[in-house]
Amino acid sequence: MSEWITVGRLNDIPSRGARRVNTPEGAVAIFRTSDDRLFAMEDSCPHRQGPISQGIVHDTSVTCPLHGWVIDLELASARTPDHGCLKRYEVMLEGDEVRLQIAARAIQAAE
Amino acid sequence: MSKKLKLVVVGNGMAGCRAVEELLVRDPDRYEISIFGAEPEVNYNRIMLSPVLAGETTFDEIVINGRDWYDQNNIDLHAGDEVIAIDRANKMISTASGGRFPYDRLLLATGSLPFILPVPGATLNGVIAFRDIQDVRAMMAAAEKGDHAVVIGGGLLGLEAANGLHLNGMKVTVIHLMKTLMERQLDEAAGYLLQCELERRGIEVLTGASTAELLGSAHVEGVALKDGRVIPADLVVMAAGIRPNIGLAKVAGIECNRGILVDDDMCSSDPAIFAVGECIEHRGAIYGLVAPIWDMCRAFGDRLAAIDGEGYQGSVTSTKLKVTGVDVFSAGDFAGGEGREDIVFRDAARGIYKRIVIAEDRIIGAVLYGDVADGGWYFQLLKEAQSITDKRDMLIFGPGMVGAGAANPNAAIAALPDSSEICGCNGVCKGTITSAITEKNLQSLAEIRKHTKASASCGSCTGLVESLLALTLGAEYEASSATKPICDCTHHGHDNVRQLILAHELKSIPAVMQMLEWRTPDGCASCRPALNYYLLCAWPAEYVDDQQSRFINERAHANIQKDGTYSVVPRMWGGVTSARELRAIADVADKFAIPTVKVTGGQRIDLLGVKKEDLPAVWADLNAAGMVSGHAYGKALRTVKTCVGSEWCRFGTQDSTAMGVLLERLTWGSWMPHKFKMAVSGCPRNCAEATIKDFGIVAVDSGWELHVGGNGGIKVRATDFLCKVTSDDELVEYCLAFIQLYREQARYLERTAPWIERVGLDHIKQSLVENAELRGELARRFLFSQRYSQSDPWQERATGGVDRNEFFPMAELEMA
Repeated sequence: MSEWITVGRLNDIPSRGARRVNTPEGAVAIFRTSDDRLFAMEDSCPHRQGPISQGIVHDTSVTCPLHGWVIDLELASARTPDHGCLKRYEVMLEGDEVRLQIAARAIQAAE
Repeated sequence: MSKKLKLVVVGNGMAGCRAVEELLVRDPDRYEISIFGAEPEVNYNRIMLSPVLAGETTFDEIVINGRDWYDQNNIDLHAGDEVIAIDRANKMISTASGGRFPYDRLLLATGSLPFILPVPGATLNGVIAFRDIQDVRAMMAAAEKGDHAVVIGGGLLGLEAANGLHLNGMKVTVIHLMKTLMERQLDEAAGYLLQCELERRGIEVLTGASTAELLGSAHVEGVALKDGRVIPADLVVMAAGIRPNIGLAKVAGIECNRGILVDDDMCSSDPAIFAVGECIEHRGAIYGLVAPIWDMCRAFGDRLAAIDGEGYQGSVTSTKLKVTGVDVFSAGDFAGGEGREDIVFRDAARGIYKRIVIAEDRIIGAVLYGDVADGGWYFQLLKEAQSITDKRDMLIFGPGMVGAGAANPNAAIAALPDSSEICGCNGVCKGTITSAITEKNLQSLAEIRKHTKASASCGSCTGLVESLLALTLGAEYEASSATKPICDCTHHGHDNVRQLILAHELKSIPAVMQMLEWRTPDGCASCRPALNYYLLCAWPAEYVDDQQSRFINERAHANIQKDGTYSVVPRMWGGVTSARELRAIADVADKFAIPTVKVTGGQRIDLLGVKKEDLPAVWADLNAAGMVSGHAYGKALRTVKTCVGSEWCRFGTQDSTAMGVLLERLTWGSWMPHKFKMAVSGCPRNCAEATIKDFGIVAVDSGWELHVGGNGGIKVRATDFLCKVTSDDELVEYCLAFIQLYREQARYLERTAPWIERVGLDHIKQSLVENAELRGELARRFLFSQRYSQSDPWQERATGGVDRNEFFPMAELEMA
């Protein structure tokens, strides 16, 4: 059963940036675009598993920091000429709380 | 029907009265109506309060329904008697004056309440909201005696208040929490334009500013920001947002979330109680604009008149800022949703920005600044969810151009009449340019500029002129490398952008993108770092570095490795270290279980495999031993490699080590177009390998030989000999001047070797060797910029609290 978990607030993520959330299913990257839309997907580039959360976010894309692949955040896949998909996660904004849906039953680890 | 049903309306505002009007149109006789309002006024048009404040109209002119309307329709008006409770069991309401009144149907139109920031001093005299005519009167009274107003909130309402107070003669400061104004309606580019316009009018705008406290003993005297600034204030207007006014409903046990929950017939959880306006929540949405409220009132009218309507279906909304002379339009949805595309149009000379957001071939949002004439057309297309497939190419040019459409985006330029002006600065029309090209056989942009003056002044029409050249010459024309665009986001080349940044004093990335008509909303991973560098180089004292436009290594101040860990290289001045530093490095390696410790080619030590979240702690320990960032990750000064020189070596002619340390102390921390390495050898045997460095120094008996433009790497290039100097002071000046020349003239990501090959060694010699005045000026400019770059980025992050979010995961989730 999957559930929604509050992982932080909108302003924890820089505009045109990303933050990583460590989950029992692996690291998830949550992106915030300049118009405050959120996207979440596994933090692993289909090319050589680079941490895409560390890339430069532009419009609805992120450029992977390792070899410059451009990932389409809406499609969770590489933009042409490259090919490859990423596992997508549902994320939403409720008030200013960022909520992430993950399959495993999970809780916030104690600070 | 013998006896009329009793309809009681709570709220004498726009929603309540409009709902009654809608009902009366449908069925004037079914209900006996009474309206209760907390304000002692008749019904007036609240959205026109801004023009009243601005002195453009008067209260009398914004009254919607005068006393006669209530009388003619037999409506019992209780103005100034607030409803304080609902007794649902007995279907009665009670009022502040102690009255109790029965109802059969109750309509709640309680509107919204201003959100008052919960900061100390919020209850001082002189602190008001901007919701009703009383607030406007208070503001106008304050304007007569006070001189400085602060408006908290740079949204629609706040800016209208600011403009009105400014027109009333007050000095006005707007404090806005977010980075750009009206961020809910406008994107960054339009918000930036708006800010420029307001500032031009004399309104001070502080964005990214958070209010900490309102100061004063009885009356407000100032506003203290969290960053320590204090702004004097005789009047503070809180316009930080509104909240649905649901207190009455909530206490009565009616279901509420953010607003009073209603169905498509505007009926609440109690079948006898309805609600319309800003106090409701319908399908998860709440509304603060007037158009949706009219739709709600129609649905309510249908229901109470027992007419089969389609009910309220939710609304898409559009906004116009009511500040005379500022044209802003925004419609539709900018947050959430997938599969979106943008069409962006910018005309810098006329201050126009348009952005249309498209999903599944339909317009879902539009932002217009400067020219809002087509707003209604876009809004219509949006509301009707019309497919725009057939008009897509011309869409951004408005309804006038649609229909002339063609598949080629250049077709828009081709379709322009010969009389249309291309270059606004010099008044050159399309026909003048195309005929000059054919008649005088012009082949390049430079020739066009010479013959027609088109794009020869501000340069913002360069792209259009180039397109005309390409259209007229066809395949013959190829853009020369000088004008090769930085990337697909722009038609401007690197040199052009740098020149325009200086010419127009552009000081932020949005400013550049607007003025130079970028084609994408916020650039890409190629142009953003380049712009960030160019701005930093042009305005060292003023430019605020945009971290999100930097590659991860420069953002995290460490080098990302293939497994996502980082490497840390502390600076070792001139390659000299000490037992204390080495001990601290060893301790750090142990403490953080750093797997690899390696000596680099640049005479430093590389700690490889550091976890990102450990970086600040690693740096804190290194800082404690006196070490700072080596910038091994940056387009910046890297190492200054040295040999031991005359102090120890039997061949040494000068103290190369001390010179290396001196140069590194002077130049560390500076950002460059690309990485920059130096070396100082103490004799011509050149043990420091100075002749494959960007700036290499080789000591000889009589002084120093200076070499430039070398690098190792894929294509090894040995340096070119620049000149020989005899004193240390001369050496230092040459070094700083060369770096500054490179910083100002090379393109981003161009190392000194290709730069010198492109511009020629003669150009470098002319600038530095043959022009002592320029050399001195360049060195001074470099030292000036160093004042703003020589603070250790590690220390700022390890203990200075900068950028904490960068280094830690947002959350750690574990198995429940």
